[in-house]
Amino acid sequence: MDNIIEISYFVAAILFIVGLRRMSSPVTARGGIVWAGIGMLVATLITFFYPGMENYLLITVAIAIGGGLALWSGKKVAMTDMPQMIALYNGMGGGAAGAIAAVELLRGEFHSTTFLTLAVLGALIGSISFSGSLIAFAKLQGWMRRPMRFPGQQIFNVSVFLAAVALGGVLLTSADFSGTVILGFFVLALAYGIFMAMPIGGADMPVVISLFNALTGLAVAFEGFVLGNAAMIIAGTVVGSAGTLLTQLMARAMNRSIGNVLFSSFGATGDAGGEAVAGSMKPIDAADAGIMMAYAKKVIIIPGYGMAVAQAQHKIKELMEQLLARGVDVKFAIHPVAGRMPGHMNVLLAEADVPYDRLYDLDEINSEFAQADVALVIGANDVVNPTARSNPDSPIYGMPILNADYAQNVIVIKRGQGKGFSGVENALFFADNTRMLYGDGQAMVGELIHSIKTL
Amino acid sequence: MIEGITALYIFMLAAFTGYEVIGRVPVILHTPLMSGSNFVHGIVLVGAMVAMGHAHGPLEQLIGFLGVMLAAGNAVGGYVVTERMLEMFKSSKGKN
Repeated sequence: MDNIIEISYFVAAILFIVGLRRMSSPVTARGGIVWAGIGMLVATLITFFYPGMENYLLITVAIAIGGGLALWSGKKVAMTDMPQMIALYNGMGGGAAGAIAAVELLRGEFHSTTFLTLAVLGALIGSISFSGSLIAFAKLQGWMRRPMRFPGQQIFNVSVFLAAVALGGVLLTSADFSGTVILGFFVLALAYGIFMAMPIGGADMPVVISLFNALTGLAVAFEGFVLGNAAMIIAGTVVGSAGTLLTQLMARAMNRSIGNVLFSSFGATGDAGGEAVAGSMKPIDAADAGIMMAYAKKVIIIPGYGMAVAQAQHKIKELMEQLLARGVDVKFAIHPVAGRMPGHMNVLLAEADVPYDRLYDLDEINSEFAQADVALVIGANDVVNPTARSNPDSPIYGMPILNADYAQNVIVIKRGQGKGFSGVENALFFADNTRMLYGDGQAMVGELIHSIKTL
Repeated sequence: MIEGITALYIFMLAAFTGYEVIGRVPVILHTPLMSGSNFVHGIVLVGAMVAMGHAHGPLEQLIGFLGVMLAAGNAVGGYVVTERMLEMFKSSKGKN
């Protein structure tokens, strides 16, 4: 039986890797998750036959409760809320890794110091990922609006972290597995996760979620070593390294280093850099904007998270069809951090049946703005702010942006005159070739469609 | 038991695999792939089951129970949301 279990774990590990590989191409992506899912099913079922197992009833009940709640919430969640759901599920994984370590520590039967060290490390990382992810979830869900900061916060955070590490060290050296040290260790690790995520602004959250994702992977791998479980080691490590790379890619897309995201206070400097921009915002009405687009040769649409919030993606698709029917070339320009995560906007547009071969990323589309008659900005702000190119004092200086201002005409659909997520004034809105179309995204696109239809 | 240098080899090879697998991914798949990798570390469920299976006494059982519950949430939730996202990828030439 032992051999069958080992082979099943081995097969599961292969299925995970093949699944992830297939998920990295749009053509095979859908099959990829099924492969990985089969791997998970095989590994889970065979574990019921693991030697020396007890508590079968409790295990089954726990799976039913956890799995049932996740199934229900995962089916129900809106596409716009995906990032925080990922954060939540990821936190659960970290918590599970921490729980494994806690049980092993309480049992206190370690064959060597190496295993003990790995158990403590996995517990530390997993607990941080657990509580940190919950904070990330709360922030993106809108339960915690403002980043929480206080003087001396970094020093305080580092102290909490070092205290957690110190108690971990006590566990290692004293091999004293009484409840108090273990409890103190977990409390401090969990507290550090909270304090670490607290000061981070909403715009940086995706990078942090991705980082927690990688950390959970690592924690799972460490606990895998402790349990001697090859599937956990391989799957956890693969996720750990892939997640680290993904975190770097995301941070780079926002022109920030990971250290910068974690230890600087972005929004705090936003007001200082937001000095007045020359010029004024010039409004336009939907009928004129519609005519402008209908007689254009080429229109580039720049969707942002605001579009998704207004639930305007289906209307945008209809607008695209109307323009295509009139022979207008329509393309979508997707900034790497449009939406809440890289690729999030693609998912939102895919949900509205916009074909993915009309979506272009920053490098592909930026040279085309100069030939575009109209750039339509809907619900995007910071990602089209030319200040990022021109003003070294701006907090978003150096962030790669979509060069919407190079288009002949720019139409911006916007609810009001407020600032973007970063709190920085947008020079694009004041440019001579920009017209502002004020109103709700969905309603305004509806009026654009109406205006084009009635020509 | 997987020990010493063997463990290091596994760790190193798996790390390179993860890096390679994701290295060539287009930006449009970043969110689904992050969600997919989130699902993959749901394998922690297996470990949680083993830990729970060997737990004695109410405290160990309680923590084990929480662990299995959280891990099952990670695995099931990760699968459901990834599948939902990937379901929507269509090209204009494809079915529809």
